[in-house]
Amino acid sequence: METLERILGEQPFFAGLNPEFLRLATGCANNVRFEAGEFICKEDDPADRFYLVRHGHVALQLFAPGRGAMTFQTVGPGEMFGMSWIAPPYKWTYDARALELTRALAVDGVCLREKCDHDHDLGYELMQRFLSRTIESLHATRVQLLDVYGAKV
Amino acid sequence: MGGLEDRTIPRVGRVSARRIESSDVVTLDVETPEGPMRYAPGQFNMLTAFGVGESAISISGDPASGRLVHTVRAIGPVSRALCNLRPGDAIGVRGPFGVGWPIATAETRDLLFVAGGLGLAPLRPAIHAALAKRSRYGKIAILYGARSPDSIIFRRELEAWRGRFDLQVEATVDHALDDWRGHVGVVTKLISHVEFDAEQSTAFVCGPEIMMRFVAQALVAREMRENDILLSMERNMKCGYGQCGHCQFGPYFVCRDGPVFAYEAIKSLMALREI
Repeated sequence: METLERILGEQPFFAGLNPEFLRLATGCANNVRFEAGEFICKEDDPADRFYLVRHGHVALQLFAPGRGAMTFQTVGPGEMFGMSWIAPPYKWTYDARALELTRALAVDGVCLREKCDHDHDLGYELMQRFLSRTIESLHATRVQLLDVYGAKV
Repeated sequence: MGGLEDRTIPRVGRVSARRIESSDVVTLDVETPEGPMRYAPGQFNMLTAFGVGESAISISGDPASGRLVHTVRAIGPVSRALCNLRPGDAIGVRGPFGVGWPIATAETRDLLFVAGGLGLAPLRPAIHAALAKRSRYGKIAILYGARSPDSIIFRRELEAWRGRFDLQVEATVDHALDDWRGHVGVVTKLISHVEFDAEQSTAFVCGPEIMMRFVAQALVAREMRENDILLSMERNMKCGYGQCGHCQFGPYFVCRDGPVFAYEAIKSLMALREI
């Protein structure tokens, strides 16, 4: 039988994490499943968790009146989403919707924050990993903003 | 390419068909009195819109068919005039020029085609050439990034390729509305979706230079050798055969020595703002 700890450790985000830290993080995690079209979170909802996608795809969207839902990123297996639990005001800044049947690991951010407050070594390790993902995401956003495929003027 | 006359005097051809790919991209089939043109995947022609000017345009057709096909984006006076041509209209053709994709020397290897925007057009002949001899190659993946779903070119062909079991096709767009079911994000992200043997793979990359730079970096991060990453460069090509110097790129002339270069050869040049 697969243990949650092993499944969590196989996720790229947690890969190579010290076993004791992984055990602590596993205490905050659980398996979740979403049907196609189901909202995982909505903008302005309390952000108390983040997700590591195992199967399926999730669209991260913003809704604009008159234009509808606009997708700015999709997240697939091995990828994660959700950073808003780290810093106040702890609210989601976008909608996340399953594009198909999606299985993921949900990690309780409040639980993990408490553990990070208690064990700064764990906190430092995890924050480094979150920062690395944030930098990747910022870099990708910059390239998208440059509109590199647009016509040269 | 033949003698000086062949290089310098355009053949006068006719547009035989015109297909609209997206709001500003058109594919033209061209016939010349001299008959089918022999060309290598990745080569380009200088196309003349008579009375307006001449522009370097990659060949986007299947080389086995011998049909001369060009895909043009309307961004300046010449390309706009080319896009406005209709079947029966005259068009000037000089070429083919340049060094193309070394698709034959990549036999037995895994192939990654990474295209951005209109960059799919110069890769299309190489994809056709690889698929024509599919059994001679390892895994083949086509990764395509576009601005939005309605700017995707060769859409029907991409869908047909996607339906094949011997080919992985992934498309991503920079932004989309709710009805798009594909990926959204930068094309470099798609590289993580593909399994390939980094030591036995060749990557063919074409798109905006900034995109190619990041793709090359992402492939190197996947432990591909810089010499196995091939990029199609674009500069201000004029004569087409390395005489005028307009497309000089460090020690190279893009029209004669390229447009296809190994990343290893031009990596340092790509960082130079002066060229």
